[in-house]
Amino acid sequence: MSNATLVSTTVNGDPVQFACPADESLMTALRNRVGLTGVKEGCGTGDCGACSVTLDGSLVCSCLVLGVEAEGRKVTTVEGLSEDGELHVLQQKFIDHAALQCGICTPGFLVAAKSLLDRNPNPDETEIRYALAGNLCRCTGYDKIVHAVQAAAKEMRGNGKRSKKRS
Amino acid sequence: MRYATPASAKEAAGLMSKEKGAAFLLAGGTDLLVKLKMGMVEPDLVVDIKRIPKIDEIQASAKGFTIGAAVSGSVIGQHKGLKAAWPGVVEAANLIGSDQIQGRATLAGNLCNASPAADSVPAMIAAGAKAVIVGPQKKRTVAVEKVVQGPGQTCLTKGEVIEAITLPKPEARTGDAYLRFIPRTEMDIAVVGVAISLKLERGVVKKAKVVLGAVAPTAVIVPAAAKALVGSKLDEAALDKLAAACSAACNPIDDKRGTVEYRTRVAGVLAKRAAKIAFQRAGGAL
Repeated sequence: MSNATLVSTTVNGDPVQFACPADESLMTALRNRVGLTGVKEGCGTGDCGACSVTLDGSLVCSCLVLGVEAEGRKVTTVEGLSEDGELHVLQQKFIDHAALQCGICTPGFLVAAKSLLDRNPNPDETEIRYALAGNLCRCTGYDKIVHAVQAAAKEMRGNGKRSKKRS
Repeated sequence: MRYATPASAKEAAGLMSKEKGAAFLLAGGTDLLVKLKMGMVEPDLVVDIKRIPKIDEIQASAKGFTIGAAVSGSVIGQHKGLKAAWPGVVEAANLIGSDQIQGRATLAGNLCNASPAADSVPAMIAAGAKAVIVGPQKKRTVAVEKVVQGPGQTCLTKGEVIEAITLPKPEARTGDAYLRFIPRTEMDIAVVGVAISLKLERGVVKKAKVVLGAVAPTAVIVPAAAKALVGSKLDEAALDKLAAACSAACNPIDDKRGTVEYRTRVAGVLAKRAAKIAFQRAGGAL
């Protein structure tokens, strides 16, 4: 790997260093160099949202970011959603509502939905559908995903951030 | 490929002008990285402008707004002052792509990509936006309508970099609007885009600017359409004249999103709707 650049960044709250060529996407760097394979490659051209992460708090497709651009920034991936081995309420609601089948799109949906709920804790169905319009699911369809996000939003408004364990 | 993060626009221009190979500017990257992935470009040097101080900020002053070249759509959408002054520009910028794209995409990038269907370009032209262009030697300010010269073609010479987009402070009783038509609800490329900015005096249109997108190789300013509105209170006769002038100005392509006939017709229909929104935003009563 000649001409690699050393990148120092923060991923899911932890300091991380990786070396990558300048033309490598952040998506590839996160998957292959940091080992965060929750970041999925769908289209690689910003159309499907499977590689969604936040960069300094802003929702982005990591396939449309260069790895070297992450220098000094803060990146959050789907792996950053759970805390202390406990699923984030959104993750739990996706399971409860069967809002996934093959699962490739799911990490992107979760990161995008988290970004939406951080900005708007009480979105209506239309707002959810528009906010998730950059995430494509080719198996389940979107109704169950919307229901899961609505249920998560409701619980997060009522109970703070953590999901109760299923009985 | 080499990657550089200059600390000023002038330094960026210097790097771009000195590069012997293929040099590309990186702001939001939503066009450049797609082209990179598709193999449409093979950069020797990518110059990332996002580390330049203030390039990711919107400055408001008595003269208007200066929007740094790296300001993303989502930042534009959250800026209350800009939204109040030029809602049409903000809605056009926010129509581009998903929330993920909005997290990165910029007005300057939309302009430099020079797509005939760029949503923000007609809206910027209608609002009187200018591009602040920094070269290795000198700086110049160019009206947005002079920047795009054809599909993928701009007036930028080697080494020149857009540092910011400026928007004037709107005159009293001014309103603007942008509407586009796409075959889907979201996430598509404009079949027709219409931007209208107008100023009222005693409830009557005093000045107007009508700009069409996606119906010609570049955005089209339609003086005849503006003339149809001036002196009116947006009565049906004025709106019909507006629609006819817009349709007459169309020189579109046929593609899977819309035929020539369809785009030509829709341009008129959308123009009427956009005019009504701009009129109401200017304080007019319909």
